[in-house]
Amino acid sequence: MENIVSLKDIVVTFDDEQILNHINLDIRDKEFVTLLGPSGCGKTTTLRIIGGFLEPDSGLVTFEGKKINGLPPYKRNVNTVFQRYALFPHLNVYENIAFGLRVKKLPEQEIRKRVGEMLELVNLRGFEKRNITRLSGGQQQRVAIARALVNRPKVLLLDEPLGALDLKLRKEMQIELKRIQQSLEITFIYVTHDQEEALTMSDTVVVMNHGNIQQIGSPVDIYNEPENAFVADFIGESNILPGIMLKDYLVGISGCEFECVDKGFGNDTPVDVVIRPEDITLTNPEDAKLTGVVNSVTFKGVHYEMVVETYDFQWLIQSTRAAEEGAVVGITFGPDDIHIMHKMKG
Amino acid sequence: MKKLSKLYLGLMLLFLYLPILVLIVFSFNDSKSRSVFTGFTFEWYEKLFRNELIMTSLANTLIVAVVASLIATVLGTLAVIGISKMRKGPKAAVMQVTNIPIINPEIVTGVSMMLLFVFFAARMNLEFGFVTLIIAHITFDVPYVVLNVMPKYRQIDANMYEAAQDLGCGPVRAFFKVILPEIMPGIISGFLMAFTFSLDDFVVSYFTSGSTAQTLPITIYAMTRRKVSPEINALSTIIFVCVLVVLVLKNVIERRADKKRGVVR
Amino acid sequence: MKQKLLSAPYLVWMAVFVIVPLVMVAYFAFFDSDGNFTLQYVADVAQYSNIFVRSVWLAAIATVICLVLAYPLAYFLSKMDTKIQGTMVMIVILPMWMNFLLRTYAWMTLLGNEGIINTLLGYIGLGPFKMLNTQGAVVLGMVYDYIPYMILPIYTVMAKIDKSVLEAANDLGCNGVKTLFKVVLPLSLPGVMSGITMVFVPAISTFIISRMLGGGSNLLIGDLIEMQFLGNSYNPNLGASISLVLMVIILLIMTLMNQFDVDDDRVLM
Repeated sequence: MENIVSLKDIVVTFDDEQILNHINLDIRDKEFVTLLGPSGCGKTTTLRIIGGFLEPDSGLVTFEGKKINGLPPYKRNVNTVFQRYALFPHLNVYENIAFGLRVKKLPEQEIRKRVGEMLELVNLRGFEKRNITRLSGGQQQRVAIARALVNRPKVLLLDEPLGALDLKLRKEMQIELKRIQQSLEITFIYVTHDQEEALTMSDTVVVMNHGNIQQIGSPVDIYNEPENAFVADFIGESNILPGIMLKDYLVGISGCEFECVDKGFGNDTPVDVVIRPEDITLTNPEDAKLTGVVNSVTFKGVHYEMVVETYDFQWLIQSTRAAEEGAVVGITFGPDDIHIMHKMKG
Repeated sequence: MKKLSKLYLGLMLLFLYLPILVLIVFSFNDSKSRSVFTGFTFEWYEKLFRNELIMTSLANTLIVAVVASLIATVLGTLAVIGISKMRKGPKAAVMQVTNIPIINPEIVTGVSMMLLFVFFAARMNLEFGFVTLIIAHITFDVPYVVLNVMPKYRQIDANMYEAAQDLGCGPVRAFFKVILPEIMPGIISGFLMAFTFSLDDFVVSYFTSGSTAQTLPITIYAMTRRKVSPEINALSTIIFVCVLVVLVLKNVIERRADKKRGVVR
Repeated sequence: MKQKLLSAPYLVWMAVFVIVPLVMVAYFAFFDSDGNFTLQYVADVAQYSNIFVRSVWLAAIATVICLVLAYPLAYFLSKMDTKIQGTMVMIVILPMWMNFLLRTYAWMTLLGNEGIINTLLGYIGLGPFKMLNTQGAVVLGMVYDYIPYMILPIYTVMAKIDKSVLEAANDLGCNGVKTLFKVVLPLSLPGVMSGITMVFVPAISTFIISRMLGGGSNLLIGDLIEMQFLGNSYNPNLGASISLVLMVIILLIMTLMNQFDVDDDRVLM
């Protein structure tokens, strides 16, 4: 697969604040790529650079190998689904979708055919004449997607498109979007702050924070092998605690030594240790190196969520079996469950 | 409580309308008496329409109001787009200046512009007349356009303009296809407001018109200074009926539009 | 960047036709025709202090009467059935759209010695009373002409008050009257403030009402200014300094009013 969009050494500053800090990103053709990060991390800015709404202060943007810096949005073969849809309230559903085709002055017949296809694709047949202000949030969302896709872009940019929908609808639309992307075989670049959404839909996830890319990888890689504490913390819930890498395959946590599978950090190096709550097993105190008191137990449906307090840390633990509040328990985990990461910069 | 409020409302309406009703009734009186109705006549209406001064000043008023409010609408709408792109400080300063003609007493606006025009008249070939009058009207009209268009422009989803560009429109085309239809209600109400203020203005016109371009309010003022003439009553009646018709129409149209939109939004 | 330029014509226009004229007013107030700085014109304003006092006094009375009359009216309007509320407001405001010269003229014919009021009173053996060309007539004219400017802002603010806020007040033990004083009144203050401004400013600077209803003896600031520019006593320097003093008075009173003003956040509720 070849790269359809490439960003090289992109820098953006607003009012002396670095929004994007020398970003490098290659996006392969026909992939579903998600830019994931908290608000203000630069993900939307990255999207706007690809869309042509923002010029980077420096750096190179290429599309199919050709430089597109300075090319206005209306000359790029890229379309956008905006955050709050940005539908045109003065036009009905049909005219909203037909907008881009009319601008290109396509023959009426062609417009009718392509708009029809799109209405089919997003399940909005029969809504042609509807005023867009009288559509539900989900329906508006579908119009916004159809309006962008009808132009047959090579790349579709989506800026938190599901943010305004309720949970159930969001889940449905996630599946729907994935289906559309696969059936059209085009590239989707999707911006979200919802890690679950990112893991569900993407082929590749790009985790961003403070204008830097933290990690690029498949959802499985990102979840299982977070490269640093930020990624670990942002993707799912985690216990992140300070540790010391004593030597290869041996780490010190809370004064105890644990075997692990990581190496190459050097000897006696301070590191961040990540342990997922679901990877921890509670045992009798005498069977474990770490012991603590159960602080709280909350039923979460599939599992119980417990907070266990040791002398220097509060552990978040998920288990299908509940411990009793106030009980003294042991905390155990295997070498595979320990993820060692470099201390975060800054 | 309910009864009391109805009674109060009735009394206030009486206070507001009685003087106008008296004017209307006596516009049909066949004597010049202002207190005794002696007989019915259309005489004053006939005289009114034959009064050349009134008819020319009516025409002047319409010309000035149309020209001034049109120019003000264009000027003000463009201004809103530019102002919205300004930084906070300059924007606040511009809005302060925008408010000056609205807050300042009309007489000060009129007098200050008169001073300016006198200054130019002495140095350039400027005469008090249509030009000065229209400039003055644009000046007090344009803030109303700005204040009407501004909120509509602000309401627009910031992405709307980008969406149009994304779908292939150049910047100018995107403005006409997407932004303009959205701010149109603001532009129209701004224009109408400017137009009514222009039609109605007396004070500023009084100081900036000169003798060649008298507007209807100025003529009315002159008439009230001279001996009483029931022609004014006839004129008042016609104006009242016009205002009534326009407002009722406006109300009906707005209701229809609301119904059509289903008051969703 | 390019879009900012669109406001350039407007900025130039406002600079030339709003700022420059006001600067000229200030210039004329402080410099004589030879361009020498002088405080003489400003000092001359002092000899008209009785007119200033009268103007402030009459405008203040008119404003208070407007407020007293308009507040209950606005309240009743805002309480009305929503179906007829819009129409009712339109009916109340409609006279505002009639030229104020004609509205003032209407009172001229009503109040005159041979006017309809004195004639009717004459039938029951009273009068005739001198009503036209009195200060009372001037105040009446101000109230009649400007009361819509008081009703409208107060009504607008009241109509915006969330019904649930009133229900909450009832829920917390306020009866109708208590709700009015503890909730509606404070929430409607911004409307009252702009109403006061919108009535007081035209009232203090009018010269039409005083001339038509006050005769020659009840001059106001507006008359004074008008006389310096278009009247027999042509003296733009004096006129400019009177205008300047008028603006300062209005500014002072506005600032004073703002001291009572509640913070804007409350309007947003």
